[in-house]
Amino acid sequence: MDAILEFIWLLIRIGLFTLLPLILMVAYYTYAERKVIGAMQSRIGPNRVGPLGLFQPFADVIKLLLKEIILPKEANRYLFLIAPILAIAPAFGVWAVVPVGDGLVWADLNAGVLYVLALSSMGVYGIILAGWASNSKYALLGAMRSAAQVVSYEIALGFSLLGVMILAGSLNLQAIVNAQSGGMLDWYWLPLLPMFLIFFISALAETNRAPFDMAEGESEIVAGFHVDYAGASFAVFFLAEYANMILMSALTAIFFFGGWLSPFEGWAFLGDSWLRDSSIFWFLAKLVFFMFNFLWIRATFPRYRYDQVMRLGWKVFIPITMVWMLVAALFVFNGIVVRGA
Amino acid sequence: MNKIIRYFKSLLMIELFQGLSVTIKHMFKPKVTVFYPEEKIPKSNRFRGIPALRRYTNGEERCIGCKLCEAVCPALAISIDSEMRSDGSRRTTLYEIDLFKCIFCGFCEESCPVDSIVLTDFADYHMEDPKESVLNKQQLLALGDRFEQSISKNRQQDAAYR
Repeated sequence: MDAILEFIWLLIRIGLFTLLPLILMVAYYTYAERKVIGAMQSRIGPNRVGPLGLFQPFADVIKLLLKEIILPKEANRYLFLIAPILAIAPAFGVWAVVPVGDGLVWADLNAGVLYVLALSSMGVYGIILAGWASNSKYALLGAMRSAAQVVSYEIALGFSLLGVMILAGSLNLQAIVNAQSGGMLDWYWLPLLPMFLIFFISALAETNRAPFDMAEGESEIVAGFHVDYAGASFAVFFLAEYANMILMSALTAIFFFGGWLSPFEGWAFLGDSWLRDSSIFWFLAKLVFFMFNFLWIRATFPRYRYDQVMRLGWKVFIPITMVWMLVAALFVFNGIVVRGA
Repeated sequence: MNKIIRYFKSLLMIELFQGLSVTIKHMFKPKVTVFYPEEKIPKSNRFRGIPALRRYTNGEERCIGCKLCEAVCPALAISIDSEMRSDGSRRTTLYEIDLFKCIFCGFCEESCPVDSIVLTDFADYHMEDPKESVLNKQQLLALGDRFEQSISKNRQQDAAYR
């Protein structure tokens, strides 16, 4: 009985401290996206619902939930309905090992990076199944593109994480963050600059965001894999895409920007300022910074052509990461970067 | 050599960062959006909006049923019937404009010998039923009464160039 109560209490805490903030962040991320991209295109963005349009996300959610879920006649009912869940579950599941502060993590796995890579590649199953179960040629094309793209960029993503593992000497996300302590010049973005850029660009490709939104490709294949989805089931896909973007921003912050560490840790002249203390504030600041970059990039670049996406992944990113892996190993070998410290 | 320079340029993503700097600059520029229903931009006095029929100041309708506008209308949006009124003058019994056909070219206004049919500067109208697209004589006259002030003002301002 006690064990059950404890389990329920754990579920409530997970919902309260991880799921609810995540969903709220997704809601206001969509709002921020419309505002930021609007501003970059010299527009204003939503400003009608509530002060400054701040209730717009709720209006959108209510609209989506009240709409009918349409089941195409020729669709595979079971897979059609399970696909959005498969897309969103990994996006939330990865947060189990993501440390938001010192010790603030649900599961302190020793193989945390493996868990992250394994779960984040699960997300593509939702997309493939959605495309296949819809029984429509546009959806299938979108799903095929997405599968090929995600599989290609996962290699570059994994290789760029190998550099982090070489420098940190651990697969534990907390250990990786702690290995970067010492101020912003000790974070891994500096010794692994190409890896960092490739990781972030691959993250764009992994989340199917512009300029790599081949899976959606609204000018070519309507909406890609979710062309037949409406109402709540579409909302889940929408939620999954934005949750994935937040997740990738968090991972970038942890692997290359020192997670919750303060950028001014070693700056003695700042005195005992709170700026030098590592806290969840710095993690959130870095998270917001990378989330903003997602929007910034979307507002700037046009979509890649499909063959160019493949060329970039296989012929540019993977060779560069392979070479820089050797460079990172040499850094450790020559003591330029002290492993795990 | 050029090829090598190009390789380095694309590797360092110089052009991509240039693009990013453009968008970030635009983010902080003042926005020019007009908050439409609350704010309106000024209209030209030659603006061609919804058509209307005018009256003389004594309340007599100007239209004499000459059907020049019906003849000149390129979209065949105007249909007119006329007969003799009890005082012996010719007046229209039917004057209809289909707003779905009307292309707002203003030929009817130019052809009118008595300045009866005019295009007002009123453009933000709507209808809730497609049948309401046909304006009859009463509606057109009512529109003329409603916008008489702006109609005569705009005509006056533009008179020197006509």
